[in-house]
Amino acid sequence: MLFLPTVALLLKASTEGPARFWSIATSPIALDAYRVTFSTALVTAFINGVFGLLIAWVLVRYEFPFKKIIDAAVDLPFALPTSVAGLTLATVYSENGWIGSLFAPLGIKLAFTQWGVAIAMLLISLPFVVRTVQPVLTDLEREIEEAAWCLGASKFQTFWRVLLPPIMPAALTGIALGFSRAVGEYGSVVVVSSNTPYKDLIAPVLVFQRLEQYDYSGATVIGAVLLGISLALLVLINLLQAWGRRYG
Amino acid sequence: MASLDPSLKASEAASTAKEVKPRDWAKIGLITTAVLYLTLILFIPALNVFVQAFSKGIGPFLANLTEPAFQNAVKLTFIIAAIAVPVNTIFGLCAAWVIARKRFRGRALVISILDVPFSVSPVVAGLMIVLLYGRNGWFGPFLEAHDIKIIFALPGMVLATAFVTLPFVAREVIPVLEELGTDQEEAAQTLGANNWQIFWRVTLPSIRWGLLYGVLLTNARAMGEFGAISVVSGNIASKTQTLPLFVEESYKQYETESAYSAAVLLALLAVVTLVLKEILERKTRIKEVKEDT
Repeated sequence: MLFLPTVALLLKASTEGPARFWSIATSPIALDAYRVTFSTALVTAFINGVFGLLIAWVLVRYEFPFKKIIDAAVDLPFALPTSVAGLTLATVYSENGWIGSLFAPLGIKLAFTQWGVAIAMLLISLPFVVRTVQPVLTDLEREIEEAAWCLGASKFQTFWRVLLPPIMPAALTGIALGFSRAVGEYGSVVVVSSNTPYKDLIAPVLVFQRLEQYDYSGATVIGAVLLGISLALLVLINLLQAWGRRYG
Repeated sequence: MASLDPSLKASEAASTAKEVKPRDWAKIGLITTAVLYLTLILFIPALNVFVQAFSKGIGPFLANLTEPAFQNAVKLTFIIAAIAVPVNTIFGLCAAWVIARKRFRGRALVISILDVPFSVSPVVAGLMIVLLYGRNGWFGPFLEAHDIKIIFALPGMVLATAFVTLPFVAREVIPVLEELGTDQEEAAQTLGANNWQIFWRVTLPSIRWGLLYGVLLTNARAMGEFGAISVVSGNIASKTQTLPLFVEESYKQYETESAYSAAVLLALLAVVTLVLKEILERKTRIKEVKEDT
C-alpha cells in the first residue's frame, strides 16, 4: 500500500535514463514551475512562522473574548477541503471580491496571479507553526522571564535571548511542515491561480497537466523530483523534532 | 478608554505608570495583529462560503441540491469514505500496535515512511496509483486481461483516498499506546485472558479516544481529498465525481452557485469535524488531569 507506489514511481522514473531524466527535469517550463513553487512556499512558510508564533503567543498568554473559538478555528485549514478553500479565496481575492476589490484600484491583482498562489499557501499552512509552538510555550515557565527581567534584561533581550531559543526547534519544525505542505499543495492553488506557465504555474499542477496530455514520462520525472524533495524535507523534519526533544 | 473616570485614570497612572500601561498596549497590539491576520487569511474566506451559498436565498440553494450530478457526487463521496475509513482504521491499529509494542530492525525507517502520504503532494500520490494500476502500469496488463477497471473508476479513487489518509489513525494511536505501557496487558495475560480478550477489554478501552480522534481526521480528509482523486478519477460528471471535484468543476464551468452549494456542505463537514475534535480533546484532557491528581 505504501512502499509499492513509492517504489513504482522511482523505478519508472529511473527507466528514463539519466540524460533524458535530466533534460525533462530541467526543461525551462519545469524549472520555472519549481521557481514559483519553492520561492512562494518558502516566503509563505516564513510569514506563517512569524504570524504563527504571534498567534500561539496570544493564545497561550492572553485572555480575550472568543479566544476558545479562535483557537479551535486555527485548525480549519486542516479540515476544510482544499477545493473549497481555493473556491472561496478565488472569490474573496478576485477583482470584485471583498478583499480583492480593495487592491484593484491600486492596480494589484491578487487572484489568478502569483499573489493568489501565495495566499492559498498561507491559508493551508497556517496551523502548523501555531500547533507546534503552542505546547512548548504552555510548558515554558514564566519565572524564567521574570528572572531575566529582574537581572535587568530589556523586553527585546528577554524575547530574543530567553524566550526564542527554547521555542526555536518547534517553530522551525512548524515552518518545515508548512513548507512541505505548501510545496505539495494542489487543490486550492489550482483554483486560485491562472496556471499560466512562466507566471503562476506550480510544479504539482504541471505534473497534473502532463498527465492530462498523456505525457506519462514527463509527469513521472517531475513527480519523482517532487517526491525526492518531499522525502528530503521529511528527513529534515525528523531531525528538527529530534533536536527539539533534546532541548526539552 | 475616554469614558473612564478621570480620578481613577490618574491613580492608575500614578501607581503603575511605567510598567502596566505600555504592556497593555503591547498586548492589545499583538492580539489585534493576530486576529487581523486570521481574519484576512481565514475568517473572511470561511464566512464567504456561507454568504455566497445563500446569497440568492434558500430556494436556489435547495434547488441546486436536487441536481442529479450533485446527488451522485454526494453518494460517491460517502461510498469512498465508507470503504477507506474502516480499512485504514484497522490497518492503522495494526501498524500502531506493531510500532509501539515490538522492537524490530528498521523500525525508525517504518515510522518515517508512514509519514510519506502527509509530505508528498496529493498529485504525486495519485500519479503513483496510476503508475501501478493504469493501462501502462505494473499491474495494468494483468488487470486488463481480467477486465478489472481501477483507474478512472471507483477502486482507484478508494485506493488514492486510502493512500493519503493512511497515517492518521496510526499517528494518533502510537503515542497513546506508548504512554500506556504494557503493565495492564501483562496483568491481564497472567490472569488468563487470551489475546483477543486483552485487546477488547484492556487495550481498546484505553486507546478509544485517541483512536476516535484518528478516525475523525481520516474521515475529514477522505471526504475532502481533491488532488489525488482528481488524478485517478478522470472527473467524469455523475460517475467519478466526488463533492470536492464537483466544487472545482462547477466553478470552472461558471456555475458558481452550484459550486458554493456543494462547498457549503463540505465547509459544514469541516466545522462538525472541528467541534467533535474539540470534544475529544477535552475528554482526553480531563482524563489526564484526573490521572495527575
